[in-house]
Amino acid sequence: MKHFRYLLPLFISGFLVACNGNPTKPDDAESGASGALSSSGTSDSESSSVGIEDQQGVMLDALDDPENPLSVRIIYFEYDSAEVSQDSLEVVRSHGQYLTVNPNRMLRLEGHADERGTREYNLALGESRAKTVRDLLILEGVQPGQLEIVSFGEERPAVYGSDEASLQKNRRVEIIY
Amino acid sequence: MRRILLSVGFIVCMAVQPVFALLEIEISQGVESALPIAVTTTSNDNSPQTRLITQIISADLHRSGLLSVVERQRYPNGLVDKRQVEYQQWRDKGIEALLVVSTQPISENQFRIEFFLYDLVHNKRSLAHMANSNSSSLRRVAHKISDVVFESLIGMRGAFSTRIAYITEMGTGKEKQYVLQVADADGHNPRSVFMSNKQLMSPAWSSNGSKLAYVSFENERSEIFVQDLASGQRKKISSAPGLNSAPTWSPNNQQLALTLSQDGDPNIYILDLQSGEKRQLTSHYGIDTEPTWSVDGRSIYFTSNRSGSPQIYKLSVAGGKAERVSFEGRYNAAAALSPNGDLLAMVHNDGQGYQIGVLDLQNDSFRVITDGSLDEAPSFAPNGSMIIFSTRRSGRTILSAVSADGRVQQQFRLQAGKVREPTWSPFR
Repeated sequence: MKHFRYLLPLFISGFLVACNGNPTKPDDAESGASGALSSSGTSDSESSSVGIEDQQGVMLDALDDPENPLSVRIIYFEYDSAEVSQDSLEVVRSHGQYLTVNPNRMLRLEGHADERGTREYNLALGESRAKTVRDLLILEGVQPGQLEIVSFGEERPAVYGSDEASLQKNRRVEIIY
Repeated sequence: MRRILLSVGFIVCMAVQPVFALLEIEISQGVESALPIAVTTTSNDNSPQTRLITQIISADLHRSGLLSVVERQRYPNGLVDKRQVEYQQWRDKGIEALLVVSTQPISENQFRIEFFLYDLVHNKRSLAHMANSNSSSLRRVAHKISDVVFESLIGMRGAFSTRIAYITEMGTGKEKQYVLQVADADGHNPRSVFMSNKQLMSPAWSSNGSKLAYVSFENERSEIFVQDLASGQRKKISSAPGLNSAPTWSPNNQQLALTLSQDGDPNIYILDLQSGEKRQLTSHYGIDTEPTWSVDGRSIYFTSNRSGSPQIYKLSVAGGKAERVSFEGRYNAAAALSPNGDLLAMVHNDGQGYQIGVLDLQNDSFRVITDGSLDEAPSFAPNGSMIIFSTRRSGRTILSAVSADGRVQQQFRLQAGKVREPTWSPFR
C-alpha cells in the first residue's frame, strides 16, 4: 500500500477540513472518512493515476493525517483488564467508521500485556484485549473478515522497565493496517 | 553431543553445542537440622577427576538442604582410607555420615570410580559401589552417586541426575535470540535445543522425558511444537485459529492438555497425540488456561478468571463442573502439582508482589514460600523435594530453587541473558 506524502499544500488543507470539520460528531467524521474512501480506493486500484508526472493529484489517505483520530493506533488498558476506556472508545469508533466505508481495508489487532502475572495468562489476556476491540469494531459495522487478531501476551513489550509508566505502555492493543 | 535439528522457515536453528550461558548456584539460606556429612577423597588420591567428583557430589548434597557438607578443617586428624574408618573419631567431630571417593585410571581417558558411604551413627558401611567413567561422563556419574547417597541417607530418591529445560533470551534489539535450553539439574552443561529470533515460551517435558513441547511465535502467532530431544526432530502439533498455548503432557504420555481459543474464548482442550483429535474440556467465557494434570491423569487443574481474577480450578477430564481450589489472595495462576499429588505450587499475589505459594491439598493449608516481586513458573523436582522458578533480581530474570517447605533457597546465577520458565524433567 502506497501513501504519497508530498502533496500540494492546497490539496492538504482542503482535505484536512474534510476530515476534521467536526471530529466529535459521528456524522461528520463518517463523511470525512467517506472522502478518504474515494481517494484511497482509487489509488489502491491504480485506476486514477492522474498527474503522475509530478505526483500531484495522487490520493491522500485519512490514515496518514496526524490530526485525524485514525492516527491513534494504540489502545491502552488497565491492569488485568480488557475493557476499553471511554477515551479510547472514540478512537475505536473512528477506525470502525473508516473500515466500514473502506471494506477492502484489513486490520490486524495485536494484543499485549505488561510483565506482571504469568506468561500464559498474559497471552490469553492480550487476546481478550484484542477481541474487545474487534467486537467494538464489529458493532460499528465492520465486517469480521476485515479483522484479524493475534496476541503476543507479555512477550513483545513496547518499552522495557518495571515502573508503572512502562507497564502502562505495554498493556495495549496495536492497530495495524 | 551433537543433535541435528530441522530448519523451519526463516528460523535460525543450531546444532546443539555446549553453550554461552552457565548457571551457577548460590545457596542463600540453609537448614540447621541438616545431616552433617563429610565428602572426601582417600588421602593418597589427589587426582583432578576425584576432586571434581567430590566437588559435584558435595554441591548436590548441600543443595538439597537436607544434608550439610562439613568443611575439611573439621575432619579428625589422620589419613582417610576407604576401607578403614575410625567411626568414633569422626563422630566426635559431630559428623554423622562419611562418603569416601577414589578413582583409578584403567586406560587413557577411562577411570574406575569407587565410593564408600559410612553411617557413623550406627557404625556401619551402608554403601560400597564401583562405576566406570570417561572424562565426558564424569559429571553424570557424580550426579548418579549423589542420587544413591541421598537415597541411602534421606530415604528419598535423589533427583540430581535429572535435567531442567528453560527459555533464555539473549542479546538486544534486532540481535535478540530466544533459546530453548536443557541443562543438568545443577545448571551445568547447558545445551541449546532450539533457537529462534521470535519468542519461545512454555516448555513442557513429556512424561518419559524424551520430548519437549513448547510455544513458538516463529510464524508471528502462537503455535505448539513438539521436539524429540535425541534426534532434534520437531513437529508442529497445533496451529488452530487464535491461541495455541500452555501444553502439558498427560501422565501416560498419550495426550496433551493445551489452551486454544478457536471457538471464542481461551479454553482447555485435550489433544490425543496418536489420532490428532482435539476435545474441548472447558467452555467458559473469560480466560481458562495453564492446564496441569492430576497424578492419576483423571483431572486437570487450570487457571481461570471466571470469578473476576485468576484463580486455580479443578475439573474432571470426563467433564462436569469445575471446582475452585485456590481461595487465598487475589491472583493465583500457573499451578504445578507435586509428583505425589499432595502439594499445589502456584504464582500468588496478595498485594505483596508475585510470589510462589504452596497449597497443601491434604489439609487445605496455604503458605507463601518465596519473597520476590516477580516470581513465576514454579516446577517441582521429580522427587518433590524442590521447586524451581524464575525470579527478578536487580532487574534481571534468573532461576531460583526453593525447598518445597520454603526453608532452603538457592539462586542459579547466570552469566548471560534472561532465563525464565524453568521446568524440571521427570526421572530418566
